[in-house]
Amino acid sequence: MANPDINKYYRRNKLPHIWCPGCGHGIITGAIVRAIDQAGLDQDKTVVISGIGCSGRAPGYLKFDTLHTTHGRALAFATGVKMANPELNLIVITGDGDGAAIGGNHLIHACRRNINITTVMYNNSIYGMTSGQFSPTTPTGSLATTAPYGNIDTQFDVSNLAMAAGATYVGRSTSYHVRELIDLITNGIKHQGFSFIEAVTHCHTQFGRKNDLGGPMEMMEWQKENYIPVKAWAKLSAAEKEVKKTRGLLKEEEREEYTDKYLALIKQVQAGEEKNG
Amino acid sequence: MKTEKVLLQGNEAVVEGALLAGVRFFAGYPITPSSEIAEGFSRRLPLVGGKFIQMEDELGAMAATIGGSLAGLKSITATSGPGFSLKQENLGFGIMIEAPCVVVNVSRTGPSTGLPTSPSQGDIMQTRWGTHGDHPAVVLAPSTVSNTVDLTIKAFNFSEMLRTPVILMLDEVVGHMRENVLLPAADAIEIIDRKRPDGNKANFKPYEVKGHDHVPPMPDYGQGYHYHTTGLYHDETGFPRGKSEDAEKLMLRLMHKVDYYRDEITLVEKKYLSDAKIAVLAYGSVARSAESAVEMARNNGIKVGFMQIKTVWPFPEKEVAELAQKVDKIIVPELNYGQYVREVTRAAGGMAEVIPLNRFAGQLISPATIKEMIEEED
Repeated sequence: MANPDINKYYRRNKLPHIWCPGCGHGIITGAIVRAIDQAGLDQDKTVVISGIGCSGRAPGYLKFDTLHTTHGRALAFATGVKMANPELNLIVITGDGDGAAIGGNHLIHACRRNINITTVMYNNSIYGMTSGQFSPTTPTGSLATTAPYGNIDTQFDVSNLAMAAGATYVGRSTSYHVRELIDLITNGIKHQGFSFIEAVTHCHTQFGRKNDLGGPMEMMEWQKENYIPVKAWAKLSAAEKEVKKTRGLLKEEEREEYTDKYLALIKQVQAGEEKNG
Repeated sequence: MKTEKVLLQGNEAVVEGALLAGVRFFAGYPITPSSEIAEGFSRRLPLVGGKFIQMEDELGAMAATIGGSLAGLKSITATSGPGFSLKQENLGFGIMIEAPCVVVNVSRTGPSTGLPTSPSQGDIMQTRWGTHGDHPAVVLAPSTVSNTVDLTIKAFNFSEMLRTPVILMLDEVVGHMRENVLLPAADAIEIIDRKRPDGNKANFKPYEVKGHDHVPPMPDYGQGYHYHTTGLYHDETGFPRGKSEDAEKLMLRLMHKVDYYRDEITLVEKKYLSDAKIAVLAYGSVARSAESAVEMARNNGIKVGFMQIKTVWPFPEKEVAELAQKVDKIIVPELNYGQYVREVTRAAGGMAEVIPLNRFAGQLISPATIKEMIEEED
């Protein structure tokens, strides 16, 4: 892959970003713009929508029509935009708290409808912006500001949720495996239907420090060791599968896209009206 | 095109009025007693190339409605009390980012699940103050089915003109009552569309105001303006800076744009006031009982007048103060424990005695009940 000129996709006067030094969110945001470039999207016809939290700030740095919405609701806003004008390309940026907790219902139903929106979940396993409360993807047993005795909640595998709910393209990678992440997002954008890409990343400030996981480098090393390509993961022992997680393309299937279905419905009922009228 | 006489219920009248106003997008969630609005749009919108979507919840319905508006379509959602409570956060977002749309609340008796099929005006203060923080509110309350057609068209016009969500507050009686209505011809009604920017995309500032009306022009998504929108306080560029000076400037502008158009959007009907010593002031379905009661009392020789508030918010300060100056007593019948009457009392400023008449348990207020009170106060 040639290194594209990604400057044109950034509002460079809004940089530097607000994220902590060493944060993975910049890497994921960079992966998104490279994927937009690789997929050949028209910058004028692309809308980037986010919710609340650290991930929610990403669209502010991106030079498209961008919308920073309420907590958890990005997909619902995006659904309205896409229905109203299906010619627009919709990218939704969410986090593990935003997308899997408060906005979980919208995620399930966007998957079910198979509406052509590409969702990238910045999964750093913690509520970073509010200073380190446990999220649905915080590992069981971890410490958080609201889990001072260790988290008793069961960790959510959001990619599994997306697959079960009917997303037709699901991929997972990490801020360490950035080339793979770019390719997954690119193919998710090209996919005609709902695509969900879980971008695993680290929050050394709120999660790593509390749990003695080291700085950004150590946490990215951990991503490297613990996220295994799907095929290699299948060959692991049962005990290893308990610890290690899959990365790569997890699901890809064809199913009629929601706004296409609605446009067909319009055609059908208008034709019926003419016939009856 | 000709006017058309049709038998409609209030909820269906919302659909007809909205279509006349040019609506092309509805996002909603089923709830009694508003469901006929969603049903109507699901049938009618695809026929005109518009879009209908039933969302997974009320929050999503409000969000998608705003999304439809940002993409350039006239958009509407409908709900009732419990759903209206759920919509409040994104309603505030719509006010903050200045997304024109219409939110219908066919109100029922609350709080909580309450009496789902009984009328109420218990949400009247929620339509004003439901979302958190200071904010302007524009709320219209029809009293009849034909009034509903008219005010639905106006709700869209006001929302486009002011670039803000407008609430249309029906109650269960207006929503479900059936009446003959004369639908206006499409070419006979005034339609207002939002101002759009002039096409100059270099250094475009989405919240820069050039006219006197404090309303910035609004591009559609996909027109190449590459603009940013956030529920955080923002400056003219649309970006947050976390500064009090930006917050002050934006809040004042949100308030001033409603003030600027106040005379145009204030809809108040006055009847029989020239000789009146007593006035009955009402809104929504109760206005109908009130008008009948006033007419019955006048037939018995009582000098009583009538004021119907169609634009319930912003509160018609001037009109109510003038009324208080003119009459000795103002009777305010409401389907709640006494909410709007407090505003009337405040605006009357002691110039007239303000007397509440309340039903809050799902009953109507009949013309006879209001007439009795008029007779008592005469």
